[in-house]
Formats: sequence, structure tokens, C-alpha cells
Amino acid sequence: MLTAIWVMIGLALALGLLLGYSSVKFKVEGDPLVDRIDAILPQTQCGQCGFPGCKPYATAIASGEADINQCPPGGDAGVRALADLLGVEYKPLNTEHGEPKPKSVAVIDENVCIGCTLCIQACPVDAILGAAKHMHTVIASECTGCELCIAPCPVDCITMEPVKESPDNWKWRYPVIRIQPVAEHTTTNSIH
Amino acid sequence: MFSLNRIVDLIKQPVHRTEVHLRGGVHPDEHKHESTQQPIMSLPIPHQIVLPLRQHVGHLPKLLVKVGERVKKGQLLAEAEGSISAAIHATTSGTVIAVQDSLIPHPSGLPDQCIVIAADGLDEWVDLHPMDWRQQSPASLIEHLRLSGIVGMGGAAFPTQVKLRTTPKSPVHTLIVNGAECEPYITCDDMLMRERATQIIQGLAIARHIMGVENCIIGIEDNKPEALQAMTEAAAKADFAVQVKVVATMYPSGDARQLIRLLTGIEVPNDKRSTDVGLQCFNVATLLALHRYFDFGEPAVSRIVTMTGRVNEPRNYEVLFGTPMTDLIAASGGALSGVDDYIMGGPMMGFSLPSIHVPVTKASNCIIASAPDLFPPAAEAMPCIRCARCADACPVQLQPQELYWFAKSENIEKAREYHLFDCIECGCCSYVCPSNIPLVQYYRFAKSEAIAQDRAKEAANVARERNEFRLMRIDREKQERAQRHAQKALGSKDSSEQAPAAATNTEDAASKQAAIQAAIERAKAQKAQMKPKNVEDAPTQVKAEIAEIDARREQAKQAVTQSQAQPAAQQASLFDQAPASSDANSADKD
Repeated sequence: MLTAIWVMIGLALALGLLLGYSSVKFKVEGDPLVDRIDAILPQTQCGQCGFPGCKPYATAIASGEADINQCPPGGDAGVRALADLLGVEYKPLNTEHGEPKPKSVAVIDENVCIGCTLCIQACPVDAILGAAKHMHTVIASECTGCELCIAPCPVDCITMEPVKESPDNWKWRYPVIRIQPVAEHTTTNSIH
Repeated sequence: MFSLNRIVDLIKQPVHRTEVHLRGGVHPDEHKHESTQQPIMSLPIPHQIVLPLRQHVGHLPKLLVKVGERVKKGQLLAEAEGSISAAIHATTSGTVIAVQDSLIPHPSGLPDQCIVIAADGLDEWVDLHPMDWRQQSPASLIEHLRLSGIVGMGGAAFPTQVKLRTTPKSPVHTLIVNGAECEPYITCDDMLMRERATQIIQGLAIARHIMGVENCIIGIEDNKPEALQAMTEAAAKADFAVQVKVVATMYPSGDARQLIRLLTGIEVPNDKRSTDVGLQCFNVATLLALHRYFDFGEPAVSRIVTMTGRVNEPRNYEVLFGTPMTDLIAASGGALSGVDDYIMGGPMMGFSLPSIHVPVTKASNCIIASAPDLFPPAAEAMPCIRCARCADACPVQLQPQELYWFAKSENIEKAREYHLFDCIECGCCSYVCPSNIPLVQYYRFAKSEAIAQDRAKEAANVARERNEFRLMRIDREKQERAQRHAQKALGSKDSSEQAPAAATNTEDAASKQAAIQAAIERAKAQKAQMKPKNVEDAPTQVKAEIAEIDARREQAKQAVTQSQAQPAAQQASLFDQAPASSDANSADKD
């Protein structure tokens, strides 16, 4: 009887120590759910969702403060991926936050730019290059197309230009089977 | 035509037939005899050469020439940039008249950057430097190859110098020479092997030297007896051992992985490269290009192109890169009536040219003038009946019917799980499909969709990193500012307490003042030396005008300095009295 109690106490102590040690040793930094949500978000950092960037939006989704359908750049596919991850029902994109647009990059009209640096401060990914009273330019490959630089520009010299299709980014189209023209004499009531 | 003796000779030859058979595959009508009746003919130099920068897989090369420059044949026009890239050379002598976007032979039908050369007809070569490659180390030869512009000539156009590189971790023991040419209609490799077998073997010797390989196996389909004989004879004369093996005619035995399996019995795992299992495969035309580059110094400027289909005289031509397709069509006697399309590549894997006003590129192995009677328009696609004929025909043993299902529903992730990227787009599945479903089109769609997704993911990762760095930077700057403010608050207290120290401050200020003065003097001297650069070529009238303006400016300057002389002196005396406070002011501005 006494042996059994000692064995149990011993086991409890040993396992307790093991668990305590592993909770310190294998501690997970940060919230893995936030990171997984953040990985799905398109990282445009545009703030259309109402949060100051993708990470804050991911945090808000994880804590249940925000809905999954507030990210227009992520589009329908993004909402589906989030619904899959979180195990919730899919919802159509909330158009209050904007409509999905084709990928664009900001272009500064360098003749008009006065070098005020306001757009540089607005750019969430440091994709605008320039200095005070010197011409600015957009590093096109780093631009996420968030449009945050447009509003602060005092001379309205920034425009969004959709990314052009080139042989490099061209995609094969979804196969579409052409509708055959119906022959003249069978035009009426044909089920083609 | 065959003489009886020749046939007997062919039968007598000790030909090694492969034991391994292709899994799946199809055997469409070959249509190869049309274009093999006549020897290879060189196409005359065209009036204009249009060289797209995008002629290979990988990064675009960097442009080296300017519009208006005279170039010689073989001159480097654009150099390889990045590890996977190939150089572009002038294919004849002439003048660069434009660097512009024009149509290229690409399935997208989109224009891309091209160098346009007006040929002068002299066809004058640059100084060629043949190389004694036997004396050189493989590493230096590979470095040289970056300048050669040689890419895989089988149609894939992968830069050859990348394929020749070996790592100590995966040494290559066997070289496979691809002379299978399995796709119908295409005969450029066949004719090349018949006519230039010795040169191919010489190219093989170079590849063998670079890769340090002992075994060489040439694989040829059994529908090319003449090429087989020529290659066997040339191989017998070589000073190293070369095996020539025959594979059964079956499409797509010419795919590198399939041919490797047919010739060696080794199956390259789907997630590995052939070099990981000690094998590398080169097309015969690529080896010939190697020979011409190292033994004659000639970079890649031309290739053999099969012009066939509904033209008057189907034939193989040696064509300079950049030659307009229209020249090629005209040389073959023009298109017959009813031709409504031109296909680049074979009928199985090729694509419709967006226009005939595109140039021949490094990847143009075959042009087929197509007419509805040759390739009838695809019949209406019917629903998939899941007969799995496509699975039987698939040479890489995928489940095409499943892939079709996922691609159609745009379920890209699931398609990936079913090894979408192992699909070689050979078209066997579409060929055998009783419902006429354009299966390969679905896979191509799914593949490019998957690639676009991957790119977006990569871009998102970069954006996330940059955003995080920016937030960190803003945070750091805020902290630094707070720290400075704290220090300054401390500092101003110190200066008010330590009044006696003001004397040393004045001395500091004086030395600072001297330094500023010296800097101003230096700037003035520099300014005096400077001359405007853009007026040298100006007409005399403009020069006179400039001189007049300069004189006026000088006068105005003098007037200003005279009127300011007195107040400036007063200011200077004031300045001396309050150096400490001005220091504090300038610190505030930070």
C-alpha cells in the first residue's frame, strides 16, 4: 500500500518535472494562428480592411474582432483559404472595404514631383526612393499596389498603372470551347 | 532511295536494341519522309534580322549595343545575366537599326524586346578564336560557354553551360545523346545526323571532356536508318567509346527522362535531376553547336529548321536566328492553298504562331504549314467518361483524368498533389481521349496558375519582410529621438550650470568658423574652375548670347556685394559675441 503511494508520488513528480521543463524548453513564441492567417493575407499592407496592415488584421481575425471577408486584394480565393483554415463558413467579400482590382503599381510623374517626401513616409514597404526636394521614384518590383501614396501627394503626380501582360507573366487561359455558329437553316429552336 | 546493298548493310550491322519499352506513349503518323527527300539547304541572308532577347529559358540577357552601331557576325549583342541565361549574338553583319518590342514566336502572341539589324549582305565575321579545349580545365570552358549563346536545340532552349556543370556531390558517369526525335513531322535532327555525324561526335568529345564522363550512349529511333548508319560510322571512328542504341519508334521516347530510361534502364526520380543519378542528356544539334564554338570559335548563330506541312517543297534549312519566318516559307516554295495556320514545334507539343511576321529563334526546330485537311479542327469536347485511356497513354504514369478534374475546377492545390508538375505536356492524353477533351490545355492552364500563385506568395513574403523592417526602423528612430531629447535636456542644464566653460567654447567656435571659411573658399575655387559642358557644340550666335548673359550676371553680383558690404561687416561683429547660443540653436533643429 505504502509502496504504491510512493510510486505514484514519484511518478507524479517525475512527469511534473518533465512537463514543466518542456513547457519552458519548447515554448511557442507568438501566436501561431496569427502567423498562419498572416501567411494567407496578400501582404499589400493597404489597410482597406480597416486595420493598419496585414499583421494587425490577422491578429484581429485570430481574436475574433474582425471578419474574414474584409480583404479585397486577397479576393474570393483569400476568403476561401481563411474559411478553410479557421473552419468557418465562407462569406462573400464585404464590398464596404472595396472591390478586388487587377494588380497595379504606383507610377510617379517625375516631371511634376516636387520632392516633398510625403509618399515615402506613406509607403508601407519602403518602395519609394527619393529625398527632400529631390525627385522620387517607385521601385516597381517592390510596390504592392496599396495606393496609400496617392492621397498624401500634394501635386497629384502618382497614378496607379495595371501591370502589363508580357511573355514573362503571361498565363495559359482556361480552355474555352468555342460555341459553334448554328447553320442558317436550323436557326429556329435548335438546342445548340 | 534504298539500294538493296544498303539495306543488307543495315541489317548486318550490330545494332543494340533497347530491352526497355516506353510506358504508354502513342504512335501517330510520322510524316517525316516529306522533308527528308532533299539535303539541308542554307537560307540566304535576309535583309533584316530581328533577334528577340527572350530565346531561351531563364533571365533575359543584358543589352550591350546601341542603335546605330555597326555589328559583325558573331558579335556579342547581349550578355548572359544571372546563372540561368544565355547570350545573344549578331547572326550576320550589319547595322543595329532599332531595339524595340516586336512579335516573337511565343504562345502568348505578345510582343517582346528585340534587336533589329539591317543586314549589309557582307556576312563579315568577328575575329574568331578557336580554342584548344583539350588543354583547358572544364571550369574555364564552362565560363567560356556563357559567351557562346548555346542553348538546348531540341526545343526546350535551356542554357547549355548550366547543364554541363557538374558538382562533386553528383558526378556524371554517362552522357546520353538524344537523337530520338520522336515527334511527327520534325526531321531537323535526323538530317543533321545524316549529314554532320562526325561533327556531332566531335561535339560529344568536348561535352565528355567538360563533364569528365566515360560512357556515351547515342539513342536513335528505329525510323531513321540513314541517321543511325551515319552515326554508327562516325562513332566507330571516334577515339573514345561510344555506344549507338536503337529505340523503338514511339512518341515521346525523345523526352530526356524517357530516353534515359530506355537506354540505361535507370529511372530518374520525379523530384531529382538526371545528374543526381549520374546522367546527363544532350540533343545532337546542341553538341554540334559546342563543336562549332570550341573548334572554330563560332557562337550560336544558326540552326536547322524543318519547314514542312502544306508547302510546295518541304525541306530542312540552315537558318540564321532572327530570319523572318516569311523568308523560310518563301524558300520552301510558298504555302499551298488552304493553309490557315503555322505551327512551331511538332503537332503534339507545338503552338500556333501568332503571325508569320516573327523571327526564327533558337527554339524553332520545325514550322508546319497547317491546313484544315492536315489537322482537322478539334471536334466538340464531350464529358469525360473516365475510361482512363489517358492514364494508359501517359508516359510519366500520372492520372490525367484526375488532373483534368482538378484543373477544370481550378483546384490547383489538389492538382499539385497529383503531381501536376511532372506532366511533360506531351499531349498523348489529348491524342487518345475519345471525348476530344483538350487535356493538355487544362494542365497548362493549371500549371501557369500555380506558378502565378507561387510568385504572388514570394512577392507577399518580400512585402511582409519589408513592412516588418519598416516598422522596426520607425520604432528605432522613435527611440533614438527620445534618447536624444533626454540627453539634450541634460546637456542644456549642464551648460547653464557651467558658465566658466564658456571661454573654451569661444575658442571652439573660432576654429569652426575658420573651417567654414576654408570650405567656402574651396567651393568658390571649384566653381570658378567649372565650365558648362553642354555649350561646346553650340553655334556661335548662342555662344555670344551666353557670354552676354554671363557678363550681366557678373555685374548684378558685384552690385549686390557692394551694397551688402557694410551690413555684412556689422553682422560679423555681432556673430562673434553670441557663439554659444547659435550652437544651441543649430542643435535644436535636429
